[in-house]
Amino acid sequence: MNMALLPSMVAIPLGIAFFTYLLARKSSILADILGNLATFSILVISILLIKTRGVYVIGGWNPPIGINWVLDGLSNLVLVVVALISFAATIFSTRYMEQYTARYKYYSLFLLMVGGMNGVILTGDLFNLFVFLEVASVASYALVAFGCNHEELEASFKYLVLSSIGSTLVLFGVAFVYGATGYLNMASIGGIMATGNQNTILTVAAVLFIVGFCIKAALVPFHPWLPDAHPSAPAPISAMLSGVLIKALGVYALFRILFNVIGLNQLYGTLLIVLGLLSMTVGVFLAVGQWDFKRLLAYHSISQMGYVILGVGLGGYILATGGSSSVAALAILGGIFHLANHAVFKSLLFLSSGSIEYSTGTRQLKEMGGLISIMPVTRTTCSIASLSIAGVPPFNGFWSKLLIVIAAIQAGFHAVAGITILVSFITLISFLKVLRYAFLGELPEKLKNIKESPALMGVAQAILALFCIGMGLLLLPGPREFLLEPAVNALIQGVEYARIVLSGS
Amino acid sequence: MKGMTLIVKTVTRWVKVFIFLYGIYLTITGHLTPGGGFAGGVVIACSYILLTLAYGREFALKNLSLGKASVFDSSGVLLFLIVALLGIGFGGIFFANFLQARYPGEEFALFSSGTIPIYNIAILLKVGASLFNVFVILSILRIVVEKDGSKKMVAEGDREEE
Repeated sequence: MNMALLPSMVAIPLGIAFFTYLLARKSSILADILGNLATFSILVISILLIKTRGVYVIGGWNPPIGINWVLDGLSNLVLVVVALISFAATIFSTRYMEQYTARYKYYSLFLLMVGGMNGVILTGDLFNLFVFLEVASVASYALVAFGCNHEELEASFKYLVLSSIGSTLVLFGVAFVYGATGYLNMASIGGIMATGNQNTILTVAAVLFIVGFCIKAALVPFHPWLPDAHPSAPAPISAMLSGVLIKALGVYALFRILFNVIGLNQLYGTLLIVLGLLSMTVGVFLAVGQWDFKRLLAYHSISQMGYVILGVGLGGYILATGGSSSVAALAILGGIFHLANHAVFKSLLFLSSGSIEYSTGTRQLKEMGGLISIMPVTRTTCSIASLSIAGVPPFNGFWSKLLIVIAAIQAGFHAVAGITILVSFITLISFLKVLRYAFLGELPEKLKNIKESPALMGVAQAILALFCIGMGLLLLPGPREFLLEPAVNALIQGVEYARIVLSGS
Repeated sequence: MKGMTLIVKTVTRWVKVFIFLYGIYLTITGHLTPGGGFAGGVVIACSYILLTLAYGREFALKNLSLGKASVFDSSGVLLFLIVALLGIGFGGIFFANFLQARYPGEEFALFSSGTIPIYNIAILLKVGASLFNVFVILSILRIVVEKDGSKKMVAEGDREEE
């Protein structure tokens, strides 16, 4: 019964996107209502689907010819995260976007992006994945340039060029896989890989996928577009881009293809660990020196994505070298949980920066100060998110980083564990700087008359702040079994994915 | 006089209808011969682009304004989606071809293949209108330097912006 709801995860955002474009041209209130309604309904549906597992065959055409959508533990978790962040972002947008014109275009593009991401998460077909990847990416290029100012257009163009290169590499990867196996369906390809196929072309394809998706995920050394693109976008869009877009299009798709379609080996595991360590350290050192609030956050996104890749890559490496599967499960759990946590606290940080920018009109930390008494809501949410990202207990970021460190030590990677803790420490320093310059100190003369940002923006921040505090509870044995464990198992099963998907259809 | 020379204009006047009709032909027989909604949409957009090149932008926009084109564009997508959703209602599954029993696939028969011709028409609306829009918007956007030296992108004579 619940599986029948699955198409609506893509149909609702896409349908309302064009409905808004058609009808809400004159009335920005109608655009607000439609946008919020759409994200709220996909949030409700994603929660209803939380225990459902299965395969949806589009149009009744069975794979490998037809397209199937697969709902397993990992896609469930990412769907819920995307729906939650987009709901918070649209609530925030209702007041924040008053600074811009053409609200209907904003919501239309926003929902197209959400629909594209949901498609990427659900699809079980490689070419379908590429199509949805492009839908979400193209919508995000336009959203980055939404203000139409010089720097926004420049950032968007840079993003467009680099991201298109990523998409092209992914398309080449799809072509190579199709040439080598004769299938586009992920499960059918996985079925061939499970029989121990060692075709060299598939290694080439895997490398193309890794590079392509790493550009989408902005991992070092493929990161240069992110520090320009994310700060230039309107704040709710920065929250969406940093919070979920780089995860759904980059990291999720990479994990899905490496673990479930091509199958992991030691080389890919090592590559993921190296990429993760590089992103973590380079990202955080670039972040420390920044004075533009949103640019600083963007560099921290690169660094935190490193944690996700490191955790899952560590798990993959242990699995591929035949190590203890419980340690591997712990590492993957840490990575996946950090993915969800990072989505929540980084979106919250971007929303807080948007709220500060809305009130003070500046993003420069040096021009702020003394906001602690003026902006009580933003002060609280921003501090919670800063402590989360720095890994201070009991906030959510602490638990996922702890899991990665424990797994690294248990697997004997002591240096990796040390670097993880060091990066976390530098993150703390960097966010103490943010809190010090934004909220403490003297209030500058020209900011004497500002007020706290509107209540609806505060509501959006409060929702995410509650998740920052409470998400640690997901690790307790009860909740863990229905959200996080299935996600981890979906990756650990590897190319077994094929058997499960093909028998389910 | 706006646009190109008299020769080009006269030829365009004769040719544009045939290009337009060829686009429609490609679309409605898309399930029988090579072609389909995308190819047909591109051809129809080309007929308007030819009009723009030969007679100037104002003339083409009088025929099909940006606002009208984006209405066609959005309704194309909505038509596509509604037919796909009707598949749930009548066929029990998203994108089910619920008209196939009534109009089964048959060679050289216009009314065949169930819902596929409808999808082709929806794609024609989407592709044709948005390609024309992209062309017009690329031709009207300008980068202007404002008083404080900052650059901004504006649309020249854009009727739908407020």
